[in-house]
Amino acid sequence: MLAFVLRRVALIVPTFLGVTLLAFALIHLIPGDPVENLSGERGMDPARRLRLLHEFGLDRPLPVQYLDYVGQVLEGDLGSSLTTHEPVLQEFRTLFPATVELAFFAMLLAVALGLPAGILAAIRRNTAADYAVMGISLTGYSMPIFWWALLLILFFSVQLGWTPVSGRIAVEYDVPAASGFMLVDTLRAGDWGAFRSALSHLILPSIALGTIPLAVIARMTRSAMLEVLREDYVRAARAKGLKRRQVIVVHALRNALIPVITVIGLQVGLLLSGAILTETIFSWPGVGNWLIHGVQSRDYPVVQGGILLIATIVISVNLIVDLTYGVVNPRIRHA
Amino acid sequence: MIEVEESLEAVEPGPRAAGPLTEFWHAYAQSRGALVGLAIAVALVLLAIFAGALAPHSPYEQYRELTLSPPAWQGGDPRFLLGTDAVGRDILSRLIYGTRLSLLIGLISVAISLSFGIVLGVIAGYLRGWTETTIMRLMDVMLALPSLLLAIAVVAILGPGLINAMYAIAIVLVPHYVRLTRAAVIAEKAREYVLSSKIAGAGPLRVMFSTILPNCLAPLIVQATLGFSSAILDAAALGFLGLGAQPPMPEWGSMLADALEFIQRASWVVTFPGLAILVTVLAFNLMGDGLRDALDPRLKR
Amino acid sequence: MALLEVEDLHVEFGSVSDPIIAVDGVQLTLEAGEVVGCVGESGSGKSVTALALMGLTEFPGRVRAHRLALAGHDLRTLSGRQHRRIVGKEIAMIFQDPLASLDPCYTVAFQLAETLRVHGTHAERSSAKLRRARALELLRQVEIPDAEARLAAFPHQLSGGMAQRVMIAMAIACNPKLLIADEPTTALDVTVQAQVLGLLLKLQRERGMALLLITHDLAVVAETAQRVYVMYAGQVVETGPVPGIFAAPLHPYTQALLAALPEHNLDRKRLKAIRGVVPGSRDRPSGCLLHPRCDYALERCRAERPRLEGARGRESRCHFPLDERGRPTHGWAPMSRVRASSP
Repeated sequence: MLAFVLRRVALIVPTFLGVTLLAFALIHLIPGDPVENLSGERGMDPARRLRLLHEFGLDRPLPVQYLDYVGQVLEGDLGSSLTTHEPVLQEFRTLFPATVELAFFAMLLAVALGLPAGILAAIRRNTAADYAVMGISLTGYSMPIFWWALLLILFFSVQLGWTPVSGRIAVEYDVPAASGFMLVDTLRAGDWGAFRSALSHLILPSIALGTIPLAVIARMTRSAMLEVLREDYVRAARAKGLKRRQVIVVHALRNALIPVITVIGLQVGLLLSGAILTETIFSWPGVGNWLIHGVQSRDYPVVQGGILLIATIVISVNLIVDLTYGVVNPRIRHA
Repeated sequence: MIEVEESLEAVEPGPRAAGPLTEFWHAYAQSRGALVGLAIAVALVLLAIFAGALAPHSPYEQYRELTLSPPAWQGGDPRFLLGTDAVGRDILSRLIYGTRLSLLIGLISVAISLSFGIVLGVIAGYLRGWTETTIMRLMDVMLALPSLLLAIAVVAILGPGLINAMYAIAIVLVPHYVRLTRAAVIAEKAREYVLSSKIAGAGPLRVMFSTILPNCLAPLIVQATLGFSSAILDAAALGFLGLGAQPPMPEWGSMLADALEFIQRASWVVTFPGLAILVTVLAFNLMGDGLRDALDPRLKR
Repeated sequence: MALLEVEDLHVEFGSVSDPIIAVDGVQLTLEAGEVVGCVGESGSGKSVTALALMGLTEFPGRVRAHRLALAGHDLRTLSGRQHRRIVGKEIAMIFQDPLASLDPCYTVAFQLAETLRVHGTHAERSSAKLRRARALELLRQVEIPDAEARLAAFPHQLSGGMAQRVMIAMAIACNPKLLIADEPTTALDVTVQAQVLGLLLKLQRERGMALLLITHDLAVVAETAQRVYVMYAGQVVETGPVPGIFAAPLHPYTQALLAALPEHNLDRKRLKAIRGVVPGSRDRPSGCLLHPRCDYALERCRAERPRLEGARGRESRCHFPLDERGRPTHGWAPMSRVRASSP
């Protein structure tokens, strides 16, 4: 087990460095003058340009620049936004909880519905229930997220008026930002109206974002269960005279969960991709929205920092998933 | 004790074994979903090819008097079956021409990424050692980024536009093909027919491409089909964000970008382009699944 | 009344109109405390029969029988609950691949205790401590060294032989009247095979348990069983006491099986193999299922299905059973040399 953990952690280092290299290269690959790109100023006089060139360290050889960059990153200095002039890391920290809250609920939905659906489809193989689950799942991951989000808004917000169209909370509420998680903060403040408002704002975006992970989880659970149900130990468990439910939950599910957990973990990367689109549509103040505005307004420090941070988070989550897999799979845990 | 003798009865010839293509078709046709997917895909291809003849209007022509006209069955002008958009363009025609665009994007992106992916994968799998490690680490880095994020990064560098979007999508797909090809190459390399080919004097390049590759084809074909639908979704996403096809191109994703504004007044502007994407992606996903099921037993051969 | 009575058992898969026949009218009886062997090649339907007895036939298999009873209880008409009370308690089974038959996610102790929790005495069902003590005791009874340590082991930490012992322990935990062993030693090393077999027999003797030993290995049957059923292509083709059936087999198939044993081929360069292949589930021959491969087959064998006939306890399914010298009762003429002959 220890060897497994060490190996996995060791693998992170080159991947992380690779990502920093990518982020570093980004600035230099963008067409145009790096000085202009990094400062946001156009048409400077040569003296100022020279000064900025030196300030940004752009006059030094590339490898040195890269090392400087890595050093800065490790210290937490990711530059400042060209539009707001706030440090990139700080902006990210402020906006990240919104994305996490959204992703969390999306994932909760995906697992709470996807897992049972997959199990049901496997147990009732080739029946109407199975085809229904598979059909819905297939449609789910064949849909563009942003269209699905629009449809949801069209139906639930516009036609039925049940849910709000955008934002995290109704304008009239002013919640002190403590943790950054709206549901937590509103509860802390004891403001029920605000809590309900936050919840209602959370519903549609979570559904939109969680649909694709739901579809994938349902599918993978079904195929994992089908494989496990064919195994000898399931037959042997039945031969012991165990109740059907016992066989399925205690033996089949436990073994099927091993690959499924990995799949669930890998959905996080997908969630962050989807968050970019979902946040745009629902005007959700998270990092996805922030990143897109950065790209559209050529705010390169934001783009560079955002990509680096998001990639780092994905890598870390993948590591946690890997380690969880090692714990859950007895062959690795008790090697 | 009786001797075991050969029977002198004539052996009747069995039914002629079906050729591999017919055999494959039988397996593929087992799944109704796969057939439906194929039918839709063929219809879409025909739509794309004959867009000029089939579309009632030009996708760019603006009928200023009839902006945001509803579909024909909701009381709109019967000339515009699915209604018009914000600047008065016929939605149906734009959708039909959009088919051409989307299929093209999918085809080119997948073609590019397959080429790079296969070459890199074969090199990595065949040469092993440092070459393999470097290539695979690079792929890991690419996979560490959520795919849309990577595509956005590439577009951020190259600038928005249809061609650049294609490059971006192609780049995003490459790691999957590299991984697949490398795994298949490593498995095949150990097989005997490769050894005998080597003994016969075939050089490494020849061994790589003419001996090993044909046997890795099956999983690649499946992945390529699924990659096709993934490419269409990514292209639509980039179009939606304004980073892909630029107006006035009738790309489905960018058609949806304007829709948000008019969602309350003109819901048809939202529904139809998305429906087009859904149907197309669904068709190719069904095909990909059908291909996987049909080729699977042969994969295990 | 016999412990186990099976009459005309059929198991089919596939579509109803064009079924794949796995078991084609098998009959078996077992008395309490008997050791009975069931031999046949792969594809003879022996394992499918065993699973059908346990009610473990996988969907979409269809099982029907004229009679299927354990100690007089009709197994066909049991409710799910009643069935579960019998399976694992009155009748237990061990399988061919012991390592694959143990759930990799749970310890040996857990899996042993599971049986006790379901079928054990009231005391066992309520006390975890008692279950653990019983589990330890069971492991010692199956001669596992260092049983205490083994309780906490996971299946992947066990060897094949130990895993099979654990399976045996689980099977005998509630003193079943009948234990079905489906190729229990096939997946094990040769040295371990004898040990496990010996253990099975010892437990059988000590507990007065009936043992149905399914195997393709004639030598195993010859050493352990009191009676044997020979199966071919889903049917019982011969049944008789050991060693009589081997000294003077009635059915050509049994004879051929014996002739193919290495011990009987010491003077030859090649093993005397039975030509041809076991019929698949689809291309079942007309008449006697063995006739395409049988050297003694005549026209009647191709035309008419033989029934299981003969003295009680010594039956065979052949139109021309062999005599004491191993020759068919119709004379001696391999099919290839006969143009038209009458029986």
